[in-house]
Order: sequence, then C-alpha cells, then structure tokens
Amino acid sequence: MFDSLSAATVAIAGGAYIVAALLFILSLGGLSKHETARTGVVYGIIGMIIALIATVVLVIQRTDWLGIVLLLVAVAIGGSIGLWRAARVQMTGMPQFIALLHSFVGLAAVLIGWNGYLQDGGIAANLIGIHHAEVFIGVFIGAVTFTGSIIAFLKLSARMPSAPLVLPGRNALNLGALVAFVGLTVWFVITPVLWLLIAVTVLALLLGLHLVASIGGGDMPVVVSMLNSYSGWAAAASGFLLDNDLLIVTGALVGSSGAFLSYIMCQAMNRSFLSVIAGGFGIEAPTKGVEETGEYHETTVADTAQVLADARSVIITPGFGMAVAQAQYPVAELARILRARGIEVHFGIHPVAGRLPGHMNVLLAEAKVPYDIVLSMDEINDDFPHTSVVLVIGANDTVNPAAAEDPGSPIAGMPVLKVWEADEVIVFKRSMASGYAGVQNPLFYRDNTRMLFGDAKDRVEEIVHELARLSPAGSSGAAHTSNG
Amino acid sequence: MPIGITVESAPGETRVAATPSTVAQLIQLGYEVVVERGAGAGSSFPDADYEAAGARLVTKKAAWASNIVLTVNAPSDAELKLLSKGAVLISWLSPGLNPDMVDKLVALPITALAVDAVPRISRAQSMDVLSSTANISGYRAIIEAANAFGRFFTGQVTAAGKVPPAKVLVAGVGVAGLAAIGAASSLGAIVRATDPRPEVAEQVSSIGGTYLPVEVGEKMESSDGYAKVTSEAYDKRAAELYSEQARDVDIIVTTANIPGRAAPKLITAADVASMRSGSVIVDLAAANGGNVVGTVPGEKIVTPNGVTIIGYTDLARRLPAQASQLYGQNLVNLLKLLTPGKDGALVLDLDDVVQRAITVTRNGEKLWPPPPVQVSAAPAAAPAPTQAVTTTRRGIPRGVRIALTIVGILALFAIIAVAPAPLPQHITVFVLAIVIGFYVIGKVHHALHTPLMSVTNAISGIVVVGALLQIAVGDPLTRVLSVIAVLLTSINIFGGFAVTRRMLRMFSKG
Repeated sequence: MFDSLSAATVAIAGGAYIVAALLFILSLGGLSKHETARTGVVYGIIGMIIALIATVVLVIQRTDWLGIVLLLVAVAIGGSIGLWRAARVQMTGMPQFIALLHSFVGLAAVLIGWNGYLQDGGIAANLIGIHHAEVFIGVFIGAVTFTGSIIAFLKLSARMPSAPLVLPGRNALNLGALVAFVGLTVWFVITPVLWLLIAVTVLALLLGLHLVASIGGGDMPVVVSMLNSYSGWAAAASGFLLDNDLLIVTGALVGSSGAFLSYIMCQAMNRSFLSVIAGGFGIEAPTKGVEETGEYHETTVADTAQVLADARSVIITPGFGMAVAQAQYPVAELARILRARGIEVHFGIHPVAGRLPGHMNVLLAEAKVPYDIVLSMDEINDDFPHTSVVLVIGANDTVNPAAAEDPGSPIAGMPVLKVWEADEVIVFKRSMASGYAGVQNPLFYRDNTRMLFGDAKDRVEEIVHELARLSPAGSSGAAHTSNG
Repeated sequence: MPIGITVESAPGETRVAATPSTVAQLIQLGYEVVVERGAGAGSSFPDADYEAAGARLVTKKAAWASNIVLTVNAPSDAELKLLSKGAVLISWLSPGLNPDMVDKLVALPITALAVDAVPRISRAQSMDVLSSTANISGYRAIIEAANAFGRFFTGQVTAAGKVPPAKVLVAGVGVAGLAAIGAASSLGAIVRATDPRPEVAEQVSSIGGTYLPVEVGEKMESSDGYAKVTSEAYDKRAAELYSEQARDVDIIVTTANIPGRAAPKLITAADVASMRSGSVIVDLAAANGGNVVGTVPGEKIVTPNGVTIIGYTDLARRLPAQASQLYGQNLVNLLKLLTPGKDGALVLDLDDVVQRAITVTRNGEKLWPPPPVQVSAAPAAAPAPTQAVTTTRRGIPRGVRIALTIVGILALFAIIAVAPAPLPQHITVFVLAIVIGFYVIGKVHHALHTPLMSVTNAISGIVVVGALLQIAVGDPLTRVLSVIAVLLTSINIFGGFAVTRRMLRMFSKG
C-alpha cells in the first residue's frame, strides 16, 4: 500500500518537473519583449511553485518531523532574506547583487556535491565511477562560481580595488588548475577518498579567485554574464548527480543564457569568445596609442542649455559614469523637458555600457524614461549624422572614434557609438583622464566636441534649471508653420 | 580673413548677404566680419544688431576692400573696381546667362564663386540658393494671389451663408511649386498640381494637394534634377488638362522654368479668357518669358474679362528678412565647406565637385563652364581602411573551429554510445535544453538583459530541489549541509523573482 502510493507520488513529481521545465522555457521566452516580460516572470514563478510543491511532497513522505521543520525553517529564512534584499537593492547596485546571487548557486552546488559523496549508498556498481565523476564536476564548477562571484561582488561594490591582479604566468596557472582537476577526477574515480574531494574543492575555490581577480573593472559585464553561465552549469551538474532532469534542463537553460550574453558582450568589445570562456583573456597592458596632443574646447552650462534649446534632435549616450554619479534622474528630467519642447530625444546604449548587460536600460527605466526612446547601438548608429546634439554622459571607450579609425589603437575594431558624426557633441566628464581601457579618446579633441567638466549629476541639474529659465521657443515657430 | 557685407546697389533690392545670426556663425568659422553701414536696412536688420553679433561697421569702400566679399546681386562695374587684388567674391553671378560678367571677372585678378551654380546633389542642398529663393517665391506667389483675389481661400459656413473654398492649380511641382501648394492648402484652399514627373505625386499629397496626372505613356526624370522639355503627345494632353482646369479653378500659379530656355507656354490666351472674372494667375516664370500668354514681367495686369495676371519677378525681394536669412545661411554653409579648418582661412578645393561647379574664375584664370555634375552618380566608395578596421577580430581560425566542432560531436557520440543506462538520457536532455536555451535567449531584447540575468538567477535556484531531497536523509552532517544549501538557494529564488518583478515594473512606454 505505502509502496504503491510512494511510486505514484514519484511519477506525479516527475510530471510536475516536466511542467516546471516547460514553464521556465516560456519564462525566458517571455522576456524577449517588454510587453510579455512580466507574464514571463509569472510563468517562472508558477514553474518554481510547482517544482517546490512536488519536491516537498516527496520529502514529506521520506523524512521525519525534524527534516520537515528544518526544511520549512531554511526556506522561510532564505526566502525572507531574499525578499528583503530584493526590495532594498539600489538599481545602481544591481551588478553586485546579481554577482552575489550567483555565488549562492555555486556554494549550493558545492554542498550538494559533498552530500552526494557522503550519501552514495544504493548506487549500482557499474554507475559508481560515473557518480564520483559527477560529484567532482559539480563541486568544481560550483566552487569556481562561488569564489569567482564573491570576487566579482567585492570588485563591483568597490570593497576591493577593481584593477586587475597580474600574477606572473597567470595563464599557466589557470591551465595548470584545469589539468590538475582532470587528473584528480581520474584518481578520484579509481580511489574515492575524502582528501581528494577536499583538494579539488580548494583547487576550484582558488581558481575562481584568481580567474576573476585578474580581470579589470571594464570587463565586468563579461565576467558577470560568464558567472551567470557557470552557475547554470553548476546546477546542471547537480542534476546529473541527482538523476534529476529538471535540474539538468534548468541548468542548461541558464548556462546557455549566460554563455550567449557573454558572447554578445565579447562581440561588443571585439574579443574572442572562446578565449574569454577559457579565462585566459585579461587585457594586455594598454599599449600607448597615438598621443593626442590637440586642444579640447570647454563649454559652460549656459551654452549647453542654449545649444539644447536650439536643437532639432538630441541623442544621449550614457555610460557607467552616469550610474556612478547617480545622474539617471536628472538625465531623465532633462529628456522630459527637451521632449516637451518638441525636440526629438533618444538614448543610445552600447552593449557593454555599465557593469551588467542591459544595466543602463534598467537605470533609465527606474528614472521613468519610456523604453521606446531607449535604443541599442545597432538601432541608433545610423542616426548620428542627422542629429543636432549628442550628450555623452559618463561614457568613454564606447564612444571612442579611435576604435573605428585608428587600426593601431588597442580597442581597434570594437564597435562603438559613432557620436562624432553628429553636428555637436557635448561630453560630460570629471577630468581629462582616460577610460577603463586606458586608451586616449580623440573624440575630446574634435572640433565639434565640447567638454563640460564636473560631476555629471550636478551639471545636468544645472542645465535643467537653465532650460527652465529660457523661454519656450515655440511661439515664432508656430506662427511660421501655420502660414506655410 | 575679413568678410565684407555690402549694401546692395541693384535697383529695388531689399536683401542683404548676411543677417546678424549668420554673421555670428561666420565669426564662429574664424572669420572677422565687416558690414557696410545700412546694409541690413532693407531687410529690417539694424546696424546695431550686426554690431551686437560681433561685426564691425565700416564704409562702403572698406567693405568692398575685404578679402572675401559676399553679395546678393552681381556687382556693378563701379563696385568691381573697389575689389582688392586676390579677393574672393561670392555672389549670385548667373555666369551661364551673363558671359559679359564672366569676362569682366576674369579681367580682374580675383576669385569669383557663383552660388547660383551649386549643383543639385544631396550634399550641396544646404547651399542651394535657388531652392531657398524658389521656396520664398512659391510662398509669396500665394500671398500675392490671395491679396488680389476678392474672396476667402478657406471654405466656411457662416450665419450669412456658405462660402466655398478657393480652388488653386499649381503648374510645376518644383521647390517653388511645393511651397505654393503648402501655403495655399494651409490657407484652406483646394489645391491641385500638375507636373510631367509622376513621382512627385507623393510629395504633393504630403503637403495637402492633389496631383493631376497627364495620362500619356511617357516618363520624365532628368539627371540634373530639373524638368526637361516634354514631348508633343504629352503637351497636347497637358494643354487639354490646363483648359479643363482653367474653367474650374480660381487661382493658377505657374512655376515651369527650364534652365537656359524660354519658359514653356502652359496657359493660352483662350484659357485665360475662359477663367471667371476675379480669378488670379501668378506667373513665376515671368522673368523667362512667362508660362502664361499675356504675362507682363514685373507687372500686375487685369485682362478685359477681369482676370488678374501677376508677373512680378521680385517675389523674393518682397520677403526681404526671410530671403536674406535663407540666402545668408546658404552662404554660411558654403563657407563651412570652404573653411575645413574652421580657422578663418578659405581653401578652394577644385577636386570637390561642388566647389568646382561654382568657381567662375580663380585669380584671373577662367574656369567657367565647369564639367557637368551627374546627380545620380554613385557616391565615391568609402575609404577601405576604415572598413578593414571594423572587420578585424582576434578570433580562432576557421579550420580550428570546424575541427573543434567535429571533435565535440564525436565525443558526444562516444559518450552516449558507451555510458551506462541513465546517463545517455540525461545527456540528451542536457544537449536539447542547451539548444533551446540559445534560441530562446537569442530573441531576448537587449534592454531586458539585466532582468534576464536576475530571472535566470532565480530559476537556477532550482538546485534547491536537490538540497531538499538530501534533507530527507537522516545523516546529521548531510542534513546540516543541505539545510545551508536550501537556505542559500531560497534567497536566490525569492530574491531573484522579486527583484525582476521590481525592475520590470519600472519599464514603461512613452
């Protein structure tokens, strides 16, 4: 009687897992468009609830009351911490929040792997070798994800200097760690002893540390999406270990999602995808490009406001500097005022602007900028020649003409926003320092470029005030149009 | 280099070659600007405004003695004598119609640029003074017609009865024709337009007119952007169309000019006689002989049957401030092209088609007429190096990539063939899920990448399932480890979904 009931619940749970996996696919599919994105998240949540209920029912049948209590307490504590942090996190702090979440998946995969080793009773003899290999792979990926994400979190939240750590022969170190991992795996399959598992855990933790520590702040969008991918593979490895297709499907979805995002980022920075995945991609020491010794032209808030008031069309290209200065609200206000004056305003977002794929879009959305005026690089790059004014706010390398025009530049070939083709470019900048890539930006010395120095937030707010003082330019123009 | 702006001496001229706002732009290009006192008087630009814009007020002599002189009309003989040696004269010279003028300019050692010779190519549109002037003439033609027409343009229903709207026919849809259509339709009239080129139909309807096609099997499109002479069959059908329309409409504006020829006669004496008394015809081709039989250039006449025919040839001068502003802006755009360094140094590059086309003489060397410019010519190929840069990428060679793919497929095949029972099934699921993942993620909008990451974060918290199942195991160490794992992944699940929802709520459409 009990056995048949148990068998039935296992079958039902299997069905529930398939439904959950489908819902997860639908969830990711829903995110393809703004209109369907919220429905997509609801699919994801329903899928998660179904999977959890099915699992909890299975657990209840097999365990004692202590297990159930522990389960409920752990979910309750974890859930409330998650909801609390999710409600509190600043949108500018999203990159480090997401990095931290990645580390949790990594650590969980390590723990599950360890448990898999500790509890391997009842596995058929011909499968025991495979089981041990799965334990090792799961622990390895999980541990790399864990420490890698922790380092990424520390760097992104500026608790640790973001400059790349350069150890001698770091590529050899990474490669050596991989080779050692393969060797240890073979050894462990033959003689499964505990110290080998400890050794591989420590090895993977160190590899994760080194991998991310040797990457500079400007490459963080790639790192974060790469860790996203790793966390997926870690989940998939746990699925293999536990014979659970739901984990495998979900892990593979997340893994390929992260890999795809990294691929997009790499294309946007003109780097090879495989060399990034292999972790051997640190930036070479910035080779000095042609020293730009031209003169730059400085402008004032009043002039900028006047230029904007007279403009036909304006494109704003924000970068990480806008997030640092927390300038998204005044920038959104500026866009609103310009639009109210009948000026066409668009935002142009470079794929690697910010520290997270799509980071700028989230910041602008937070400041209530309508998403249909926020365009990606490919959508907007042909519009610059017909644009009166471009405002470059906290972006540097992503608008560097050297990438398109100077084959000797370290960033040559990287697709950039062609802001210099507009009639006039105004660059908001703290000082004349170079960007993360350490490359001089000839844009600043162009004849149609004006530099507006100072804190981006203060400057934009001043421009907003200045524009409010200028009388609306509509009256004479309206008279003309009605006449012909 | 100073730029001189002079008082126009041509009789009846009201325009000036620079306005205070274009003076400011010339100064931005690095030039010094001197303005003859009273230069802007005819266009209502007082001297003080020029001074405020940064110009220096000077005498007639000093203005003409500048290195660069901008004028609206070709200078008189007396004025030519005032030009200094090596000066650059930029003016409306009409060198094609004025061979004498060309000879006189060549005799002086100066450089003369004829702004009216700017070729009709997209790049030069901003300097095209003919378009600017035609635009003004077209607008003014409607204003003159409205002035002479004894009725409303717009239809109204008033307490005193119904007023029908005026019907306007515009012959020739060039720049002037389009301006006339726009002005007439915004006054409320019913506007019809004819033109030998059927492709203008869209432009006509876009500004509120109706295009009347002349139905013959012949197409017109010329390589230099101007209309050509039409065929006999076409002319016959067009004449019938004009006769039909003349009986129906109240206002006719004709704009048919063919460069270097007398204007075609579109409206015959019989057509004029068939029009209702009080109708108005404005003939914009009056200076070229007129499109209408009976037009007197420069005059407004009334025919015996009460039709007013306006043959003014100075329509642009009747809108002096606007005409000066547009002309001045055209000159500024030309000087931008001629001042590549923006340093006040004029550089004439005869390899540039636009600059070549307008150069009549260069330091006494006769360069007129220029070689013809083809409007439809393909633009010069973009310089190769820039394109090469964008395509160079540090990637792995193609051969290696193919080899890796084959190795991958073989490895997958080997594993599935060799591995014991549950593993092949898992690998199949795994590989299929990866493929689905790539397709699904590939469609995700760029702007939603951050929410995508937080959702994938949440769903990768599904490893909680594994940890939950391990809680069921009695062993204390396993239990502790799995409780920690459950706690961590719960943070992921709840935090990930919650933050995604929070983000998506912020995205709003304008």
